[in-house]
Amino acid sequence: MENENMILEVQSIAKKYREIVAVDNVSLAIPYGICFGLLGQNGAGKSTIVEIMENIILPTSGTVLYKGRPRGRSFREETGIQFQHTELLSFLTVQDTLKTFSRLYKNPLPLKDIMAICELDTIKKQMNNKISGGQRQRLLLGLALLNDPDLLFLDEPSTGLDPRARQHMWQIIQGAGKQGKTIVLTTHYMEEAQILCDMIAIMDSGRIIARGTPGELINTYCDKDRQPCNLESVFLNLTGKNLRA
Amino acid sequence: MQFKRIWAVFVSRNLEFLRDRSSFGWNFVFPFLIVLGFGLMFSNDTRSEFKTGVFPFHDSEVSKEYLEIPEKFTNSKYIHLILFESFEQGMDKLSHHKIDILIENSERPWKYWINDSSPKGNIAEKIFREAALPCEESGEWLVKEKINTVQIRYIDWLFPGILGMNMMFSALYGVGYIIVRYRKNGVLKRLKATPVTAFEYLAAQMFSRVFLLLFTISVVWTGCDAVFSFNVAGSFIDAAAVFVVGSISLVSLGLVLACRGTSEELANGIINFITWPMMFLSEVWFSLEGAVPWVKEFANFFPLTHMLRALRKILNDGATLADVMPEMIILSLISIVCICVASFFFSWTK
Repeated sequence: MENENMILEVQSIAKKYREIVAVDNVSLAIPYGICFGLLGQNGAGKSTIVEIMENIILPTSGTVLYKGRPRGRSFREETGIQFQHTELLSFLTVQDTLKTFSRLYKNPLPLKDIMAICELDTIKKQMNNKISGGQRQRLLLGLALLNDPDLLFLDEPSTGLDPRARQHMWQIIQGAGKQGKTIVLTTHYMEEAQILCDMIAIMDSGRIIARGTPGELINTYCDKDRQPCNLESVFLNLTGKNLRA
Repeated sequence: MQFKRIWAVFVSRNLEFLRDRSSFGWNFVFPFLIVLGFGLMFSNDTRSEFKTGVFPFHDSEVSKEYLEIPEKFTNSKYIHLILFESFEQGMDKLSHHKIDILIENSERPWKYWINDSSPKGNIAEKIFREAALPCEESGEWLVKEKINTVQIRYIDWLFPGILGMNMMFSALYGVGYIIVRYRKNGVLKRLKATPVTAFEYLAAQMFSRVFLLLFTISVVWTGCDAVFSFNVAGSFIDAAAVFVVGSISLVSLGLVLACRGTSEELANGIINFITWPMMFLSEVWFSLEGAVPWVKEFANFFPLTHMLRALRKILNDGATLADVMPEMIILSLISIVCICVASFFFSWTK
């Protein structure tokens, strides 16, 4: 399934934690320059499959190819990651944090560019433990963009943000998309997925149960006679309306 | 390996340490307070005093002139008299090992009590009995000679131990505990997403902690020396070399403890499990002379033992770096083994 149009290929990935199957034989191919959304209920396996793609955790079986090859040393230089939960060093300022991380890369972007994109200029002297949740998310996104990555992983980047901060986050992500970066995004906000993503995969119980563009998913899975047709109704139709463990 | 990345982590860790004012301050205040406290406590070398209870007395400030027991005994600088109102009070202290001997202040024959299980009580008894007997005959049998070498003050002997102990705690908690905390809260996971390698990260952590330890030691030494005017027989440069190699070995041990795990409680327990025996068996507070052989052998597994041995040889006895080469080699070997183990087993996430 190697394909030169794909920046990332996930081939028959499985991840088991003893008896628990977190990811069950998932295969994906993500083309260059798109925003790929991964949706699913809590515990569906989104973060696990994303962390396998990021090379943070190892799969039990299966392979991941980056630009058609197994991920090598260049992978870390060419990817940016924003995790769902990340603690920052408390006694560093925002500027110190950006400076520290930029020194870890061969060709980082100028700090002033990152601070401008993520609106960090006004808080650059503040300690990490003194900034708000929204400011923190912007800083984490700034860290993910520091190395001007070809591939950007964003794991629930707007969770916990107010509407204004979320809109700003969307603008930054759309800006990264316009620069030709490939984005892998997980989110619980269907509106966010509909606005940002070119392709979407919906996961349930460690498997991909549907994939396509937002329009294709709505056309295929929405019951137009019974409900308003949007991504949320598609999601609820596919994953069920009951809470899962 | 890229030095730029090691430098980045080194700088950020140092900034963290220097800006955390409470922990930064404590790193200086703690050893200074310990040295100050022990310096004051042992300024009269009270370790070798025999605590002698005397009763009955209603005034605890009563002069020695009112004592009926032999002057030869009460005037000894190694006898510390404690006066009690009643026999019961004195016996309570004696049975709890708070005094070494209890004597009734009365005409001859003097009555005294000791706790049979107390070694110091038995020696105090010997001193008391010797003082109570006529002493004309003993002069022929014994000749007292003076020590020709320089007599080392207890504080001069103790000071390297306290610095070493502080270094041990700082190395194991400042590296071992902190890295486990970083792993638990995801700081390491974020670093794993960058090009920095495990070896670069561990090297940066080690350099940072060694740098901070040496900085702390310099400040504490200067401060304590201003108060106690330590006698240093050897070279400061040689001592500094031992401090550097010793710091590296202690920090390397910290890296081994930090290579796995996400539980701060477990890390704390393991560090305690290592630091307490190391503190007592590495001759921080007292010498192991006379201890059973296996205890001495066991103490040789600790880097602190070798570091303190080398430091005391230089600072107290005027040894050179060549004289302490065996200790330096052992410390270097411990460091190499620990760094290899830590790098091999290191995990960013679990």
